[in-house]
Formats: sequence, C-alpha cells, structure tokens
Amino acid sequence: MVSSYRIQGATGEWEVVIGLEVHAQITTQAKLFSGAATAFGAEPNTQVSLVDAAMPGMLPVPNAECIRQAVRTGLAIDAAINRWSRFDRKNYFYADLPQGYQISQLYHPLVGEGSLTIDADEKAGIPADKVIGIERIHVEQDAGKLMHDQHPTMSYVDLNRSGVALMEIVSRPDMRSPAEAGAYVRKLRAILRYVGSCDGNMEEGSMRADVNVSVRRPGEEFGTRTETKNVNSVRFVMQAIEHEARRQVDLIEDGGTVVQETRLFDPGTGTTRAMRSKEDAHDYRYFPDPDLLPLELDEAFIAECRASLPELPDAKRRRYEGELGLSAYNAGVLTAEVETAGWFEELLAASAAKAGKPEAELAKPAANWLLSELFGALNKTGTALADSPVTPAAGAELLALVAKGTISGSIAKQVLEKMLASGDGAEAIVEREGLMQTSDTSAIEAAVDQVLAANADKVAEFKAGKEALFGFFVGQTMKAMQGKGNPQLVNQVLRQKLG
Amino acid sequence: MSVDKETVARIANLARIRMDDAALDRMVPELNNILAWVEQLGEVDCSGVEPMTAVIPNTLRLRDDVVNADPLTGGGVRDAVLANAPAPEHGFFGVPKVIE
Repeated sequence: MVSSYRIQGATGEWEVVIGLEVHAQITTQAKLFSGAATAFGAEPNTQVSLVDAAMPGMLPVPNAECIRQAVRTGLAIDAAINRWSRFDRKNYFYADLPQGYQISQLYHPLVGEGSLTIDADEKAGIPADKVIGIERIHVEQDAGKLMHDQHPTMSYVDLNRSGVALMEIVSRPDMRSPAEAGAYVRKLRAILRYVGSCDGNMEEGSMRADVNVSVRRPGEEFGTRTETKNVNSVRFVMQAIEHEARRQVDLIEDGGTVVQETRLFDPGTGTTRAMRSKEDAHDYRYFPDPDLLPLELDEAFIAECRASLPELPDAKRRRYEGELGLSAYNAGVLTAEVETAGWFEELLAASAAKAGKPEAELAKPAANWLLSELFGALNKTGTALADSPVTPAAGAELLALVAKGTISGSIAKQVLEKMLASGDGAEAIVEREGLMQTSDTSAIEAAVDQVLAANADKVAEFKAGKEALFGFFVGQTMKAMQGKGNPQLVNQVLRQKLG
Repeated sequence: MSVDKETVARIANLARIRMDDAALDRMVPELNNILAWVEQLGEVDCSGVEPMTAVIPNTLRLRDDVVNADPLTGGGVRDAVLANAPAPEHGFFGVPKVIE
C-alpha cells in the first residue's frame, strides 16, 4: 500500500500528499433549482430562468433527478447515504454569481464516507488494491461563465451554467504521487460514466478538479497545503501536482514556508501561480438556506437507486477475468470505458447466439478481435468505437464464421478490411469471394504432398530433428491453399505425413 | 454575545455595504440590542428536544427533471433576464472587467 514516489530535495527525500475535490456536472435535462435547460454550447443567457438570474421573489425547488443521481453515485462508491441532509448558503460576491451566494451543502452533505480502488500500475508505481477514501459528496450550484477577452473594458457574463447541478466529490488526502492522483480521476470518471450521473467530459467542463498538495518528510506530520483550482484534465492534474510539490520542496529547503493559499494552473507552462485574492475571500459565512427545507430520503427511494445501478467497472473486470477467462490486461482495457464494455458485451452475446456456442468459449477470440483487429483498423482512420462502421452485430457475424470453422482467422482479417471498405456483411463477402475454409481432407492432403515434394531438403532437416520447421510447412501449405485450409486439419495431415 | 466596531466594519465590508465612522458607531449598539434580544431564547431549556425547521409538519417538495415545464421558472427568456442590466452586449451581461 505504500507508494515509493519521492521528490529528491537538496536536503533529502520528500513525500507528496494529495487530496482532490472533483466537481462533476450531474447529467440532467434541467438545472438543480429551476426548469432551465443544461445543454452545452447554447447561445449566451438563453438557458437562464428568473430563478438562475436571482430575480427577487424567486424560490428554488430541487430537481429530483439531481438528488437521485448523487445518491446513485454515492452507492457506487460504497458510501453512506445521509437520510437527512440540508442546503446551506455560501456567501461571496462575484460577477458570475447573481444570487450573491452559492447554494451548497456544508454541514449536512447528501453523501458521507465512501471509497474507491484505483487500478494497479506497476510501471507507474501504483500498488494493487490501493484504496482512496472519499470523505463526502455534496450537491451544489454551478456559477456562470465570465469572458474577459471580448471587450477592452468590460467582462461579459453568460449565466447558462448558473444553477447547473454539480456534485463535489471530496477525497481524503490519500494519494502519494501524481500517477495515483491521475488513476483516481480516471477511476472516478469511469464510475460516474458507468452510473450515468456525469458524462465525464473534461473538455466541456463537466468534470474539473481542485488539487490539494502538501509535502512532508516521509512518515512525518502533514505539511501546509495549497489548493490549485479548476484543473480540467488528468494530465494537467498530474502536471499541477508535480510542479506544486517541487515548488514547495524548493521553497522549504530555501528556508521559506508554504502559505495555505489558492493557486491557478497555467496549462501553457504546466506551472501554478498564486491567485490575487483578498484576505477575506474565504469568509463565506455559511448558514442554512431558509428557502429550502431539509432533504429527507426514505428507504424505498434509496433501494430504488441501488437497484438501478449497473454492473460497475471493478465487478465487470473481475467477471471478465473469472467467468470469461480474459487476461487481466484485456479485462482492464475492455472495462475502462463504459462504451467499450457495452460494445464488447453486445458483440459477445450476438456472436454466441449466431455460432450457437456459450459466451465463455467465444470471449477470448471476441476480446482479441475487438482490441487488436477492430481497434487497429479504427485507429488507422482515427475513428472512435462509437462511430465504427462495423456494428457489434456485423462483428458477431464475422466472429461466428470463424467460430464455426467456415473461415480461418487469417481470412477473417481480410474479410474485416473488405467490410470496412464496402460496408457489406461478412457472410456476403465470404460467399461472394469464395473464402470458405476447406475442410476437404483430400484437397489438404494434395496441398501438403505438393509442399513436401517441393521442399525435400527441409523435410530431411525436419526428420533430422529441426522441429521448428513444422511452422514453415504449415505456412507453405496455407499459402498454397490461399489461406483457406482448415488450420487444424492442415496440422493434422502434416503430422501424419511427417511422422 | 456582542459585536464591537471592528467586527461590524468587517461584516459591512463582506456585505459590500459602505459605512462611515458615524454609521458604524450608530450600528454597534443597534446590533448588540438585537443580539441581546435573541439571546433571551437561550433561557429556554430545550435539552432533549430535536431541533426543528418548521412549526408545522412540512417536507421539501421536489421537481421533475423537465425543461421549461413552468414558463415562470424556465429558460428561453433572455430579454426578460437582461431587461434591467445596465450594460447588456450581444446577449451577455456587461460588467466592469474582473480578471484574475
């Protein structure tokens, strides 16, 4: 469980301690407290209700779906769900916050203590079964968006995001290297996307992280931390930590002290800098929002949330390895993105149905085909799996042909190329081009005889003990049969003739 | 509980209310009177009584996740939203430049 990541200072080794606050936009149609839409990219201020603009007399009414999705997320990280929670006002003035306060949950958050396990990565120094604690998840409003570069003396305010529901997911300071923090964000993102509570789109700002970093001598008390705000990619999270930890070590070793402060990350340079903030910026004077009664949940609601959860990445991965017999690597790649897992499961189910064989028998070839053949082809054209011209059903048609022995694996590669080029189905292509595998023993025997006759010298070498030549004979026979010989029969016939 | 002049000045600053010295001097005893009045509630023994949020049984009402179900609390009302803004431009609120 101990990370070996250390920062080499002039006076010895330092350990970095990291905690993350991830803001994840809850996937809903309408905002947290109003009926305005949440869609990305709309014209400025067209998705703003009088509630979001904080007009006098407006009252917030919570969106039930936001609560449901936050509870489902909490259940997915094995967290305690608080049956009684409450909204508080966080008071501050800024041009993107028309209310003058953000409705959040400080004292009684909806979701309590939970955790997630990050994926082991030997190369990155992440041990197996490293658990990151999650202190809480609370629900709050997003603020509007400011644009500073459109006018010489004015900033422009777009309130479309104002009032959109966010989950703030607060981790324990349990991470000890940039790689662990990166793995945590990736795992959290995967879980959110499986659950469907957040689309995880970091480019569109659906997920962003505040990164808390401190350094200490290994095993000693925590040092003073800084908080780098609004970091919006896994890579930037890792860069911000690397830079900030180094800066703190250099500062301490030069006789300085780390000040608890808010910093900004500059993606252009990969560095952080202090925000110019007033001293009283953190005096938020939280108090319970008198416009909102406490949020009380009953057991039936929580049971419904639990029942609606899909199989989550860790469980899926274990099932792929255990029941389907996939390698740890393949199971990891297939389950990392919910779309990939969904595609694979559709492919597998359709292949099994078409070939009339159990899924467990087809899982390995299906996984290999998807991860190397199809991904390889899609990578060449830069196509995402979601936009693949070959659907799971079309892939299953191809895999079933292999499983039933109608075509060989090498022919299947050619067929896939033709499917991608023409959009035709595998069966039609095989039929049209006469690519069916030959299981006709006499044809195979004839081909083998021909190959052995043409390579009498190699046959002699083989019989003298150079057994590696067997593969050569298989290859030559397949070549002579334009790849259509049934590989098992070719092997069998060769063994007989050479034996 | 009571407040001094310095605290009142800080609260006024946080609330972005400008108060001169004379106003602060007037405000200190006013706020302290209010605080003392509310503090009387501390005389009531409420040990063993659950904190209460309303005097009648009442639960939080939730809304369905439907866009613009009620036009009064829906979007698509940009003109109304910007009607009182002092410097709207191109559909945005224009405010004095604030940049970090």
